[in-house]
This record gives sequence, C-alpha cells and structure tokens, in this order.
Amino acid sequence: MRTRKKLLRTTLALAIGSVLLWPQPGSAMEAADAPETVEINSLSRLYSGVDFNHAMHTEIATCVQCHHHTTGGEVTDPNCIRCHAKSGESDTVSCQECHSSDRFSKEDLSKRDNPALYHIDKPGLKGAYHLNCVTCHQKTGGPTGCQDCHTMTEAGEKMFQTGKYAPTETTGGEHSGH
Amino acid sequence: MKTTVSRRTFIKGGLAGTVAATVLPEKKSQAATFEGYPDGMGVLVDLTRCVGCRSCEAACNEEQKLPQPEKPFDDFSVFDEMHHGQKRRTDETRYTIVNRYDVPGLDHPLFRKIQCNHCQEPACLTSCFVNAYTKTPEGAVIYNPKVCVGCRTCMIACPFYIPTFKYSSAFNPRIMKCIFCYDTRLKEGRPPACVEACPQEALTFGKRNKLIEIGRQRIRETPDKYEDHIYGEHEVGGTAWMYLSSVPFDQVGFDTHVPKEPILNYVKDFLGIVPMVLTIWPALFAGFHLLATRKDWLKNKNEDTHEEE
Repeated sequence: MRTRKKLLRTTLALAIGSVLLWPQPGSAMEAADAPETVEINSLSRLYSGVDFNHAMHTEIATCVQCHHHTTGGEVTDPNCIRCHAKSGESDTVSCQECHSSDRFSKEDLSKRDNPALYHIDKPGLKGAYHLNCVTCHQKTGGPTGCQDCHTMTEAGEKMFQTGKYAPTETTGGEHSGH
Repeated sequence: MKTTVSRRTFIKGGLAGTVAATVLPEKKSQAATFEGYPDGMGVLVDLTRCVGCRSCEAACNEEQKLPQPEKPFDDFSVFDEMHHGQKRRTDETRYTIVNRYDVPGLDHPLFRKIQCNHCQEPACLTSCFVNAYTKTPEGAVIYNPKVCVGCRTCMIACPFYIPTFKYSSAFNPRIMKCIFCYDTRLKEGRPPACVEACPQEALTFGKRNKLIEIGRQRIRETPDKYEDHIYGEHEVGGTAWMYLSSVPFDQVGFDTHVPKEPILNYVKDFLGIVPMVLTIWPALFAGFHLLATRKDWLKNKNEDTHEEE
C-alpha cells in the first residue's frame, strides 16, 4: 500500500510540475540559465577540443540560430515551421542529443531508411558543429581557419603530413609532376 | 555444266544473312542495359559546403598508403598550382584532389573534390579486354593489377580522366585510381576515409537511391542555394558519386557535355557485330573468291583432262 501511495504522490507531483514547467508560447529558456562556456571535445582526435564561449555567442546570435526548434524563441525557418511551430522546448538542448556521432555507420544509415522519416539528411555531430559554426563565421567575419578554433594534435600532424611530419626535400617529390 | 547454287542466289543469300545479323544484335543490346545494383552505395558531394581544407586528400593518402606528397596537406598554395595550363588532377600518387574555382560574381571561391565517380556502367570496365575492372554490388569500381597488361585503354575510355598509369613501374603495369576504399571499408559497409574525414559533411555517404532523395530535398527546400541539377544522376548513365552546386556546373570545372547514357551504348552495337564479322565474313568472302576464280579453275581442269586424253 505504501508503494502505491508513493506512486500516486509522485504522479501528482509530476503532473503539477509539468503544468508549471509547461512552456508558455513565446517564453523561452533564459539566456542567463545557459552555460558560460561549453567544452566541445567528444570527437577530438586530429584537432584538440574547442572551449566554446557560449556567453559571448548568446550576445551576437539568437538561440534558434544554433539550437533550431529545441530552445529559445519561435522557429522562423519556413521548412522547420511546418512541423515545429508548436513543438515547444526540448528536454535537452545539447547538439549530440540529435546529431549522431557515428554518422554513416550501418546503424545510422539503416535508421534513415525509414520511408516515413523526414530528417533523412540530418548532419552528424561533426557536420552539425562545422556547418553551423563555419557557415555563420563566413557570413559574419568570424574565424574560419581550422586552427583558428582548435589546434592540431600530433595525430593530426601525422595525417596532414605537416609540422614534424612535413615532407622534406629528400622524402617528398615522389610526385610524377602531371 | 550443272551448279546447285547460282552465283546470283549465293550473293542474295549472303546479303540477306548479313542484314539479318546486323539487325538482330540490336534487340540483344537493348535487353542488356544495366541500371546499376539496387543497393549500390554512393557519395553526394555538396560544393556549397566544401571549404577546401584538404582533409579528404590527407585521409585518402593515409588510408591507401600512397606516397608522401610534395607539400603538406594543410598547405593551401596547391590551389594556385597549374600544370600545363590545367588545375591539379589525380595521378599515381593521389586518388583524390580538391581544386579551387573563383567564380565571377561570387564573393567566395568554390571547391570541388575530384576522384573516381564509380559509374553505374563504367567505360573503363567495358573497354578493358582482360576484365581487370569490376563493378561491385556495393557500388565500387575496383581494379585487379594481377591481370592488367598495361594497355591503358581505360585511361582513354574514362570520360572523367580518372585512371592514371604508374609510369614508375614499367614492367609491372598498374593503373592507379580511387577504389571507394573497397577492400578496407566499403566491403564492411563503412564509408570511405575521405567521407569520414570531412568536417563539413560536404560528402554524404549512403545508398545511391537515398542520396538522390537527399539531393532533391536540399534543392527543394533551399532552391536559392542550388542549381536544380544533381550531376551524376544521369551523366554517362549515372554515377555513384554525385554533385550539388550553387553555380552552373561548367563554371566549376565539370564537363557538362558528357552524354546522358553510358559510353558503352555508343560502341555496343558495333561490338555486337564483331563476332558476326569474324564468323560469317571469312566464309562469305572465301565463297566470292571461289566463285570468281571458278571459271579459271574449270578451264584448267578441262585442259588437264584434254591433255590426259
């Protein structure tokens, strides 16, 4: 009986809570609640992670510019508005919640085979970061060079054959010169 | 003198046979049209997304264990290189290349990645008389150096100038070209190294049919951003690697005059006649020759018999 009572109480609390927390139209998560900085490093291998200055970016961009329909003001993109005009705030606003970090894996591709799925073209996590950041930086004159945001690691230097792995006069030049 | 076949009927019959043989293979060639493997994979290259970082070039070099380049992969002076008045191209040391295009009226350059397009019906494959090339059900056009004789017909047949010859190994002929990372990745359902390396997701890997859907969706939803065309959907009968661009494709180095059907279609009918020519013509012309020289032969024979008498 005790467990039932407990369950009832929890349900009631949840119901009241959800009504109180239910996003009112037009209301948004306060920018002040957002983190000052976000460390973006889940994918770092060739480059080190990025200490993203979130506070600075909230001053020069609106929430929806990066967070789409998950938080902030109303959706304005005519393609998104078709479904997300009233979809409200999401429980979570982190990029990796929606953007897959194993894009193009078998699992990721088979999920997109669903004929009823609209978001067949949703970028993976790496693509989402770069497409969002670089596209805006190009328009607003922000940094666009690879190492302007994150420094190359040793693994990166090895793959790009630069730094201490750079071709020298003797090792390079195997190129046939076409 | 009694002949079973008169000269006239013989020629008539011969002509009828030739005509029939010429007409018949046409039906055959239509039935042999190949539209590609249904689950073949591909890559959609979006030029509006590429920033020219050359990560794909570096990843390809590492994956395919290609020789060290002349310049590091983060050296962007390569975009200014010109060789014989041409921008950089693929060769025996690099399966893929990114070139920069300064399009008039555009405030930023566009970048285009070049590699084998992995045609649905590849001209290199059909031109190869030792069958060194294979189009795999996964979508890759792969090459077998063991049977290659180094004739380089594939280099001439390719409409995109992709296969290149390893001149540094003269006695061990070897064509060098992108193989879609078939051995190390595609076979297991994984994307090629270049796709995985691309930070901008300018390269989208997936089933070719799905990629066309994705390409159409991008064009439909952002029509101001794209040319209303997916290069490679129909070019040379369709390619596994396809392209989206914000400017007309000829302004970013694409050959927009390639036919919309496989190169093979232009030679298929001719090639169908070859066996007929090889089998019927020797008999036919030998017959003509025998008939033409029959009088002399009879004359000689009659003279011989007269002499014997």
